[in-house]
Amino acid sequence: MMRCLPLTLFFFAHPVFAAGAATGASAWWVWPLALFVVCFFLGIVAVPAGVGGGVLFVPIVGSFFPFHLDFVRGAGLLVALASSLAAGPSLLKVGLANLRLAMPLAFGASISAIGGAMLGLALPADVVQVALGLTILGIVVLMAVARKSEYPQVPASDPLSGMLGIHGMFRDAISGKDVSWQVHRTPLGMALFLVIGFLGGLFGVGAGWANVPVLNLLMGVPLKVAAGTSSLILTTASSSATWYYLDNGAILPIIAVPSVVGMMIGARIGAHLLSVLNASVIRRMVIAMLFVSGVGALLKGLGIWA
Amino acid sequence: MGLNDPGQYEGEQLRYAAWLHWSTLLGFLTLIGTFVAYALGILPARIPLEHLPQVWNLPADEYLKVTGMPKGWAWIGMLGSGDLASFLGIAILSGCSIFCILAVIPVYAKRRDWIYLILCVLEIAILVSVASGLISGKH
Repeated sequence: MMRCLPLTLFFFAHPVFAAGAATGASAWWVWPLALFVVCFFLGIVAVPAGVGGGVLFVPIVGSFFPFHLDFVRGAGLLVALASSLAAGPSLLKVGLANLRLAMPLAFGASISAIGGAMLGLALPADVVQVALGLTILGIVVLMAVARKSEYPQVPASDPLSGMLGIHGMFRDAISGKDVSWQVHRTPLGMALFLVIGFLGGLFGVGAGWANVPVLNLLMGVPLKVAAGTSSLILTTASSSATWYYLDNGAILPIIAVPSVVGMMIGARIGAHLLSVLNASVIRRMVIAMLFVSGVGALLKGLGIWA
Repeated sequence: MGLNDPGQYEGEQLRYAAWLHWSTLLGFLTLIGTFVAYALGILPARIPLEHLPQVWNLPADEYLKVTGMPKGWAWIGMLGSGDLASFLGIAILSGCSIFCILAVIPVYAKRRDWIYLILCVLEIAILVSVASGLISGKH
């Protein structure tokens, strides 16, 4: 089944099909249908690969589909928002997302995401495309080299996190033990979330790829709580940028809705297949897909590949 | 504040989760319902569906100029059009955070947790400003 995604992309990127799209010769419903199918497969691989749908969606759809990058980024933000909103309630209930940790970080990220969205819609598309390609290639490197720490050691919380009362406990379903946690390096974490929010708003890619390493490796949040809280932060940070895109006409329902629905159905299946799929193989495949789409975005932005 | 009181903030988490659940559900149902009505032609579209391939490759500002589609919140008065009705679901999903933060404000106020109370108020101010178009400075 995993072989279907590259084949699907190849089919829709074929010059004959692309030419039909450029001249308006193909029926209007072909592209939303193609978007639904591609997003369905992206949703399946996103869960075991441990990435959000937005980071896969924007470079792949931006490279292989005929839509303007403004609408692709607007849809990408909605994909990231919808995925995080759907996951949020259950993560909060079991303590894998922490509101107290999320709120100060989301505040900074939501402000900078608006700045990113403003810049993204003001810059020429080819400039954004080049910057997107470079960022995606950077994410490829980050995903390939970043290590994770299940339970980072935090000897003492920093004064700011102590003042904000950021700490918690969750029950690890595998070990059955209650795990207490606290954080450190909160000021640096907040500063990095400003940068992450900005990039998320600029490229419409969501930001789980950066949120989790900062929460986990820098601030010392246990991996599962980092992943859950990252999702909660996205509900607010993506929301502010989505409002900006919506307000400026950069969201087309015919692009956004099939993407959201396809991605969410795929993600549910991906979550069910988690136990039978080889997560490391899927992760390597996703890194390869990101690499190809990052290079594609770069070449498209530089005018080398139309 | 030590680690021996992890349940101290459980109330606000659960309240936030409940509001997130119901507002997200409302948003998804609205999004899918309005989109189905749009795609099946039950609600007529301002831009005919077959014309979309000629405009979806334009930058957002040019698309608005060419099609005459409304900017900002003008769509709210034109919900009879299928392509604009779909914005309602998108707006509800984008507004979920506002509903949830508003829901936990009384918890912080009752606990006299001033830092988080101020944080909530500021976050709402930011989200409402961008949602209303104030931050874009174009309206």
